[in-house]
Amino acid sequence: MPIPLPASADPILDVQGLAFARNDEAVFGPLDFALGRGETLLVEGDNGSGKTTLLRVLAGLLPASAGEIRLDGQPLDHGALRGRMVFLGHQLGLKNDLSPCENLAFLAGLYGTREGAGIPSALEQVDLAIYADTPLRMLSAGQKKRAALARLALLPGELWLLDEPYANLDRRGIEMVNALVAAHCARGGATLLTSHGAVRFADPRARHVRLELAA
Amino acid sequence: MNTASIVQTSQAAIRTPGTSAAVRALLRRELLLAWRRRADALFPVLYALIVVSLFPFALGPEDALLARISGGVLLVTVLLAMLPSLESLFRGDLEDGSLEQMLLAPQPLPLLVLVRVLAHWAATTLPLIIVMPLLAVLLRLPAQVLPVLIVALLLATPLLALLGAILSALTAGTRRSAILLALMLLPLAVPVVIFAAGAVAAAQSGLPYLAPLLWLAAALILALVLAPFASAAALRIAAEV
Repeated sequence: MPIPLPASADPILDVQGLAFARNDEAVFGPLDFALGRGETLLVEGDNGSGKTTLLRVLAGLLPASAGEIRLDGQPLDHGALRGRMVFLGHQLGLKNDLSPCENLAFLAGLYGTREGAGIPSALEQVDLAIYADTPLRMLSAGQKKRAALARLALLPGELWLLDEPYANLDRRGIEMVNALVAAHCARGGATLLTSHGAVRFADPRARHVRLELAA
Repeated sequence: MNTASIVQTSQAAIRTPGTSAAVRALLRRELLLAWRRRADALFPVLYALIVVSLFPFALGPEDALLARISGGVLLVTVLLAMLPSLESLFRGDLEDGSLEQMLLAPQPLPLLVLVRVLAHWAATTLPLIIVMPLLAVLLRLPAQVLPVLIVALLLATPLLALLGAILSALTAGTRRSAILLALMLLPLAVPVVIFAAGAVAAAQSGLPYLAPLLWLAAALILALVLAPFASAAALRIAAEV
């Protein structure tokens, strides 16, 4: 289905006719959209509409069935994308036996850290400083989510792919996500996030492009 | 070897950590996890201890008989004690999403897989080899054979762990993968057991035992190079859900 292109002069991500089918059954697409620097793209859709699948295709975890993804004008090479991207999936990518601090240290070892960012300050930004050394299994679902979101304040990737970042969060947590995304946009980063309808919580200053995926 | 490459982007310099930093971070995480779950690491040792201490009761405490079969029994016991932990090698990472983070990391996945497997081997199988002198005494293994058995195990168990990692990666996304893994590992384990047991048997009868050990070493080197690539490819497929 046709989606209006946002007026973005220098898109970091440019997607043309992207579609994904599982066992010959269309999951989403074809989709056309572009994501520029400093922009936030909100992917909205009902449960099962293919939001998560879209994110996994963009991250390179799933091969697209059709269409083209261009990164900085070049056909996407997932090898080149790695390290420039921060991915927050439905599964948080954290070990329950490790503390938020240890989990972040592992991610920082793989992806590096942003200039001027550190693990203590990242945990402070998500209000988890006092639980920095508590094993994750002792924390609530919302606190685990915060521990996962702390990577946004730490890792250097310029393209954020966030799957349901608002899920499990309280109002403060939602504002926290918005603040992190707004700061990322202000730095010139790009964010693509999915939501099943929490749009009212999103930062009004951020630029939104809605994608209604075909159910 | 700190090859921190600096990629200039429009906004700020993104510094990708060198592979050595990533390897250190992964190793640290694996060993921390192993320490937090140290009761799990004890399971293979206890299992081997139970099996080995039951043999003299079942066969009778006849030293000559025990000494003759002890090498083979110890090898098979170690192999079986390794199986349960191999099955879940990548399962946890797949389920909690840390596998995705490793797949998307700027580091080469085969390298991360290799570190992961070797750390797993050190946490689960190395303790087994450390208690081997005790197990050998329980089965009346001749003292001069013990060093050969330990060298054979030091070569054979990482080899089996690497082979098991490929199968574990292949079956990570499937249910009841324990049975599948055991069935698939059996034909791969047979030559490993034959060479390891061959070395032990040769040492026991005073024959040269170096050749089978060198075969094991050659196979281990081959597996160290190839198995991480095969496992990495299988993990990419397992993550396609």
